[in-house]
This record gives sequence, C-alpha cells and structure tokens, in this order.
Amino acid sequence: MRRTAARLGLWLLVAAIVVFAVFPFYYAVVTSLKTGSGLFRVDYWPIDATLANYLAVFREQPFGRNILNSMGVAALTVAVSLALALAAAYACARVAFRGRGLLLMSILSVSMFPQVAVLSGMFELIRGLGLYNSLPGLALSYMIFTLPFTVWVLTTFMRELPKELEEAAIVDGAGPWTVVTRVFLPLLAPALAATGLLAFIAAWNEFLFALTFTLSNEQRTVPVAIALMSGASRHELPWGNIMAASVIVTVPLIALVLVFQRRIVAGLAAGAVKG
Amino acid sequence: MWSSEPPAAASPLTRARVRAAWAFVTPMLAVLALVAGWPLLRTVWLGFTDAELAGMGDATWVGLDNYRILVGDGTWWRAVGNTVWFTVVSVALETVLGLAIALVLAAPFPGRGLARAAVLVPWAIPTIVSAKMWGWMLHDQFGLINDALLGLGLIAEPVAWTADPDLALWAVIAVDVWKTTPFMALLLLAALQMRPRECYEAARVDGIHPVVVFFRVTLPLIRPALVVAVVFRALDALRVFDLIYVLTSNSEATMSMSVYARQQLIDFQDAGVGSAAATLLFLVVAVFTVITIMAGRLDITEGAR
Repeated sequence: MRRTAARLGLWLLVAAIVVFAVFPFYYAVVTSLKTGSGLFRVDYWPIDATLANYLAVFREQPFGRNILNSMGVAALTVAVSLALALAAAYACARVAFRGRGLLLMSILSVSMFPQVAVLSGMFELIRGLGLYNSLPGLALSYMIFTLPFTVWVLTTFMRELPKELEEAAIVDGAGPWTVVTRVFLPLLAPALAATGLLAFIAAWNEFLFALTFTLSNEQRTVPVAIALMSGASRHELPWGNIMAASVIVTVPLIALVLVFQRRIVAGLAAGAVKG
Repeated sequence: MWSSEPPAAASPLTRARVRAAWAFVTPMLAVLALVAGWPLLRTVWLGFTDAELAGMGDATWVGLDNYRILVGDGTWWRAVGNTVWFTVVSVALETVLGLAIALVLAAPFPGRGLARAAVLVPWAIPTIVSAKMWGWMLHDQFGLINDALLGLGLIAEPVAWTADPDLALWAVIAVDVWKTTPFMALLLLAALQMRPRECYEAARVDGIHPVVVFFRVTLPLIRPALVVAVVFRALDALRVFDLIYVLTSNSEATMSMSVYARQQLIDFQDAGVGSAAATLLFLVVAVFTVITIMAGRLDITEGAR
C-alpha cells in the first residue's frame, strides 16, 4: 500500500516536471496555428488549425533570408573556432610549455566576460574593419564566446587520449601537425561534434551583438528578426507570426538536442564541472 | 596527472615540441586578443572620454566625469539593484528547484530517458523565443496565465504582469527560472549519479531518516558540482540582457546593468557613459569571480594539469 502511494507520488512529480518543461512550447505551437480572432481566445488544443502564419512569416518579411544568415554565421563561427581551438588544444593538452597554466587561466577568464563589457570597443573594431552590418563581422565577434569554450572542452578531451599513440607516431617521424590531423583528429570526432554543436547553438541564439552590429532586415539573424517583428499598428504585435517563427527556429534545435542528449550533457559537464 | 613533464635538460626534441606548441597556440591567441583583449581595453579607455557613438576616434579625456554622472543617476542605481536582486533570487530558486528535479530524475522509473529529454527542452529554446513565448502567455488581455488564474478564481481582474512596475521583475525572474533550471538540474543529476552506493547502504542499515541522509550525505557529496553550477549561473545572471530587453524592453522597473549600458551606448549614442557603465559591470563580475574562486577553493588550475 505504502509502496503504491510512493510510486504514484513519484509519477505525479515526474508528470508535473514534464508539463512544466514542455507546456510553454506546446502552447506556442497551438498559438502559431491560430489566426484572426482565434488568437484572442485561450485554447488548450488546436481548433481550426491553419498554417497561414507559417506562410505569412516568409511572405511578409525576409525570414528565409534571416534563417540562412543565422546558419551561415553559426557555421562560419563553428568552423573557424574548431580549427583554431583544435590546434591550441593540442598544445595545451599534450605539450608542457612554460606559461601554459597562465594561458588556460586567461582563456577561462575571457569566457566570464559580460558581452556588454566589450560592446563599445567591439563596435569600433567592427566598424574599423568595414564589417558593420555584415555576417563575417558577426562571426568574428562571436569568437569571444565560442573560442574559450571550444579550447577548454577540447583540451579536456585531448588530455584523455593515450600517450602511446602519439609516441608511436613521433617514432615513425611524424611532426606535430601530422599527429594532430592524422592521429588525434579521427579519435576526437565525437568530441568535435559535441563541442561544435554547442558552439553552433550558442552562435544561433546570440542576440546582443546581432542586434547591435546589424542594421538592415536583410542582414539580421533569426533571434533579432523575431524580437523586432512588428505588425500593422505599433501597439498590437503579430503574435501568430511571432509564434510561427519561434516554432520554426526552435524545432530543429529541440531535435538536435534530443538526438545528441547524452553528448551535450557530457560536453556541458566537461566545460562546466572541470572549469 | 600530467605525465610527460620536460626533463631537466631539455632535449632538442622537447625544444622543437615547445616551439611547435607556441606555433599552434598563436593563431587562437591572436584572434582572442583581437576580439576580447583589444575591445575590452578600448571600452575601459572610452569610459574616461566624452566619446559619441559616431566618431569614437575624436574622443577627448574627461577623467572621472562619466563615473560622476553614473553615481548621480537614479536609473543606474535602479539597474544595479535590479541586477543584484535578479541574480540572487533567480539563482536561489534555480538551485532549489534544480536540485529537486535532479533528485526526482535520479530515481529509477520506466520512461526516465524521455523525462530527461523533456527537461532539456527549455534549455534548447533560444532565450529570445522563450521571452516571446512567455510574453504571450503573460499578456494582460489575451494571455493564458490571466485566463487560468481568473478561471480558478485566484485573481479578480487581469494582471499586467510585464507592465506593472511591482510585478515586472518577478515576471522576468519566473521566465529565467523556467529557462535555466534544466541546466542546473542536469549538472546536478550528473553529480548525483557519481555518488558511491556504500554511503547510502550504511545509512539504510542504521535506519537513518532520509532527510538527515540528504543533508549529511547527499549534499556534501555533490557540493563541488553544486558550487560550480551556482557560480556559473550567477555569472550568467549578472550579465542578463536578452530576456529583459525582449520581455519588458527598456522599462526602468526591470532594467539590468547590461540593458542600461547598451541604452546609453546605442540609443543615446553616449559611448562615454555607456562604456563607463560596461566597465563597472565588468569589475563587478571580475570581483565576484575572484571572491568565489578563493572562497570556494575552486581549483581552476586543476583542469590545466
């Protein structure tokens, strides 16, 4: 009897947690399927579902372009940071050189920077390089939060690799470059995938720099486009469109996170717990 | 432990390795210096000038004038207060709730994998999207929250959650708790799963009450992970921008230090005051980091070995 009660309690708790976590997104989906006066009525499940908002988002503004912008910026950010971080992580994890501890400390302290603390300097830099209102400019600024994170996590992973592999390669006359690209790179593929995915999500979601360093609707990334969506009148926001756009950009993220659930948790743990 | 420390007399091979290491680190360092070091130094410098957003090149030195403006600005102090209150309350709630969720998810039950995946959903949703989603649910006229509370008879008339100055910061805190508790829960869950079984079996044999076991065994065991998670969340909360900017825009009732600095810099084009405010936020975060590292004896260099 007591066991059944305990089991029931556990199930209720789990159900409460799951509803708490998932319901707001479910409600966004329900809202995104409603138009007109339906929006001003609270429904807990879709009634008269229509995809009109999903079409309107692409027709009324360059949302397709915004999605491509976000993908481009995030992909560029991930590719450059992984390349730079892989080389740096090899040095930090496998070679004992003077100043290594200090180096890792400064990299870690950069990851603590509030983005606002560099905003005016970054604004000036981006303008000075002629990259204002451009996607490469955004990707460059994103290095400030993707680089420290990728270096740190890849260093953690690379330290675990067996020393014998590297020694065997060196005996065979391989230089450091060959060791990294031919010996370590294949072994690190899962770690690179997890780190790259987390960096991709961070770049995809970034808002402050994207809001500040872009001007035209055509150069905006998805978060800025959603935040600045406005309707015909200044006072009423197009909630149906906003929810449709939100669902469009969130579904791929949720899918990725669910598929890579284990790896993401491992990556977060490596980045946070060991930091 | 690091096993291949260089021998006392460095061999040519070792020296070549060290040279290669620096060659490998340099590109990353150069980029980091360009996008982090240089902009930070420029921001600190601009905080002592009368720079305007357009044409920051011809700024002239004005000493501490911008800091005097900040000290005399009630809005700035409001932003400081909001930031501190937001950080303390949201991190406290997230820690307690995160720990509770982690304890539930650590128990074995069928469908546990699915429940864990569901908990990751708020974490995966972009902050802007969650701010918009909650902005809609908290809408004063058409929102689900008001509708549900009215239906249950808990409120007599619709509440303007994000517009009422007394409630807006609480609305921001609630959304932040929803969004970031999963991160906390998963970090703590990882720590819970590494607990040694023996301590618990001993406690059970001795018939110790589960609450006592929680405070005397579980908490000390997961303390290191708990401290790290709290510190990371607090650092994140101190620089909060996206959520507040989207949920309540530039309202003074919820303005954080980040929102204030950006408003000065971009909306008012005052790069001087904006940079001074940004520098102060940086100092707050830096001091907080140093204090927690020393107080929590968080050995950061542990990871470097």
